[in-house]
Amino acid sequence: MKPWSRALVLSVMIAGSCNVQAVEYRHIQIAQSAVTFTYQQMGVTMEGTFGQWVADLRFDPDQPTAAQVTVDVDLAHIDTGSAEGNTEVAGKAWLNTPTFPTARFVAKSVEPLGDQRYTVTGSLTIKGRTQNIVIPTTFTSQGPIGVFAGHFTLHRADFAIGEGPWAAFDVVANDIQIQFRMTVHADTAPSTTAHLPQPQSQP
Amino acid sequence: MTSRYTATAKVLHWLMALLLLGLLALGFYMQELPLSPQKLQLYSWHKWAGVTVFLLVLFRLAWRVIHPPPPLPDHMPKVMRLAAHAGHALLYGLMLAIPLSGWLMSSAKGFQTVWFGVLPLPDLVGKNQELGNLLQSVHENLNLLFVAVIVGHIGAALKHHFIDRDDVLTRILPTCSTEKKS
Repeated sequence: MKPWSRALVLSVMIAGSCNVQAVEYRHIQIAQSAVTFTYQQMGVTMEGTFGQWVADLRFDPDQPTAAQVTVDVDLAHIDTGSAEGNTEVAGKAWLNTPTFPTARFVAKSVEPLGDQRYTVTGSLTIKGRTQNIVIPTTFTSQGPIGVFAGHFTLHRADFAIGEGPWAAFDVVANDIQIQFRMTVHADTAPSTTAHLPQPQSQP
Repeated sequence: MTSRYTATAKVLHWLMALLLLGLLALGFYMQELPLSPQKLQLYSWHKWAGVTVFLLVLFRLAWRVIHPPPPLPDHMPKVMRLAAHAGHALLYGLMLAIPLSGWLMSSAKGFQTVWFGVLPLPDLVGKNQELGNLLQSVHENLNLLFVAVIVGHIGAALKHHFIDRDDVLTRILPTCSTEKKS
């Protein structure tokens, strides 16, 4: 390789590394994130929230398949939409939170589909039962701030959520829709969001 | 003829009497139940029937405007006439206000009303637990008042029949109206 072409390659590499710098998004911003769910009760859509959860997440958009995701949801802080419902779901027929306080999702693979879309496949464990689930996810980023968003449907019967008199689906439907939006800062992100660099305009 | 009720008015009166007594009994019964699938079903049925009654009341009021009820008997003193009109106005007012308060209470408590599980009614107020509790006590107290007015309504009808011996009770009954001719 001639010296001039070597210089050219090098300069392209430098320019490239400036534009597409490898960043790892890993610092979850709980206050700008939410995991919610909806379910059907006698044909009425009810909204609920997972009030407390932690996520151990490492995601590099340049190496999505190397991503690591583990989400632990503290089920004692579930809000089903009513105080009566919250007391009920803690019981043995539903989530049995004294025995199984945590729901855990561990990603096994992250597959890029292009256009900021990914398929996250992993195992979801609730109430001692583990199921493989596929979660369509989008990842959008602006500088050091990334946002994962998506939703998927789980079948409560797969996890024995709602046993005995609740096992039939005529009153509470089997499908539970889970929505999530997780804001993640990259390693290079400043500690406060007040000094975000403006997106650079390229000629 | 204005001396008797139309067949439609009679059907509405007795159909709603049945529905309202059922709704009252169900309403007072279901709120004591512990949470169960049956309780959620009963609440839904109560709400569906409540919406139905509300629509029936609107139809009944329209019918009443077009087909005025027969006049009160001549023997009634002015005070009793006033009391009768006030009682009926109160019954109609409560038949409108009670389902409305129930609908608003459901919205405030975060349980949308979906008529027969199919037709969603809009939430006129957002989810607000304090407002929900307030509307619950409004709903309950309006129903207690409703029970009192119904007792008065039945008592007045029986007084007309057994003491005044006029046709105020019989003219709303389905069978007697054709037989009785004074």
